[in-house]
Amino acid sequence: MAKITYVEHNGKSHTIDVENGLTVMEGAIQNNVPGIDADCGGSMACATCHVYVKEDWFNIVPSKTEGEDDMLDQAYEPKKYSRLSCQLLVSDELDGLIVNLPEKQI
Amino acid sequence: MIKTDVVIIGAGPTGLFCAHQLGIIGLKCEIIDNLDKAGGQCIELYPDKPIYDIPAIPECTGEELTNNLLKQIDTFKFKIHLNQRVEKISKEGSNWKLTTSSKNEFLSPNIVIAGGVGSFEPRRFSIKECEKFENNSIFYSVKDKSIFNDKIVAIFGGGDSALDWAIELSKNSKVILVHRRDDFRGASSSVEKVKQLQKDNKLELFTKFQLSKISGEIKLENIEIKHDDGEAKTFKIDYLLGFFGLIMQLGPILEWGLNIDKKTIPVNTESFETSQKGIFAIGDICSYPGKLKLILSGFHEGALAARGCFKYARPNEKLRFEFTTTSKVIRERLGKSN
Repeated sequence: MAKITYVEHNGKSHTIDVENGLTVMEGAIQNNVPGIDADCGGSMACATCHVYVKEDWFNIVPSKTEGEDDMLDQAYEPKKYSRLSCQLLVSDELDGLIVNLPEKQI
Repeated sequence: MIKTDVVIIGAGPTGLFCAHQLGIIGLKCEIIDNLDKAGGQCIELYPDKPIYDIPAIPECTGEELTNNLLKQIDTFKFKIHLNQRVEKISKEGSNWKLTTSSKNEFLSPNIVIAGGVGSFEPRRFSIKECEKFENNSIFYSVKDKSIFNDKIVAIFGGGDSALDWAIELSKNSKVILVHRRDDFRGASSSVEKVKQLQKDNKLELFTKFQLSKISGEIKLENIEIKHDDGEAKTFKIDYLLGFFGLIMQLGPILEWGLNIDKKTIPVNTESFETSQKGIFAIGDICSYPGKLKLILSGFHEGALAARGCFKYARPNEKLRFEFTTTSKVIRERLGKSN
């Protein structure tokens, strides 16, 4: 279990207990956190679960696999700490993780 | 005005197989898609990538799957209307009237929406002012490359379109290529070529930079790009090209009076009909308890939606359940001699 904080673009924040084994994306979708669309359902075939991982967490979250950056090229305003939240598998190590959500996904 | 039994919106695997099922039960259909080719997400997102979960096909690519589905419906000679999006739907008696972006009109008692996650459209620059210059000095595709001759063109993106156009336009234009990271997702041979052109001073390359500002009066005049670490550079340019791939947007579907829930259309699982009589939704765009966004689910949904269309297309007839293996009528529809 990890407490994950999702901060919407307007500053509104949602802190959710997410079970290990789910992804950061699923934690948002299952708890109706607005701002993450996940059109493809989590198969890394779109870029609509795009988040900005808080800088100090960037090297702690699971690293990018092949293809994620290719999808991020197509995201709305990708930045240095951009990730696809469907690729962030939740574990105890992510307790306290903060992700900022982009202004929009599409 | 084209009259038919069913109009299918979306030529992805789900739409194509639904067409097959319509052909089997003796109905006619017309298929409409916004892309320039059939195949939907399979052809646009992963034409070369393997798919392992199509029943009885251990492995195939998105392109192979599409080609086989097209081959499977070839005998019916259904028309696929490409490069156009259905913009408007209205009720005309017991029929639906559809109008596309190419001003084609269709009249049909049934519409099957097999629209995936929406129609593919280019990802645009996120800077608001860019809209003002779109199709004037900002483009997301190239129709006439001669307009760029002897001009300064900034190209953004890291895929094949960005690389190929940077290489091509560098022959007659001054090209500035900008990408958000050091790696490119385009073909490695193109990346090498771009780097060679950079060495030969035929092209300027900036990675880890993104567009931060634009300015201009009637046409675009200046752009500012910013590095990940904050460093900014300004260029005087004539044209700006963005190749960030395609995004999927529901677009006009939102205005058709259908119930929409989280970008999907709720359906009944008996016939995949929506809240509107004669409008069905199948594939990624439909939702129901237990929905899986898999191609195989789309096939099942298409088979049932096709049967659902029958009652509106042939109100005075009864649909008989038949197997393709044993039905003489179906074999004839398939063009098989015996």
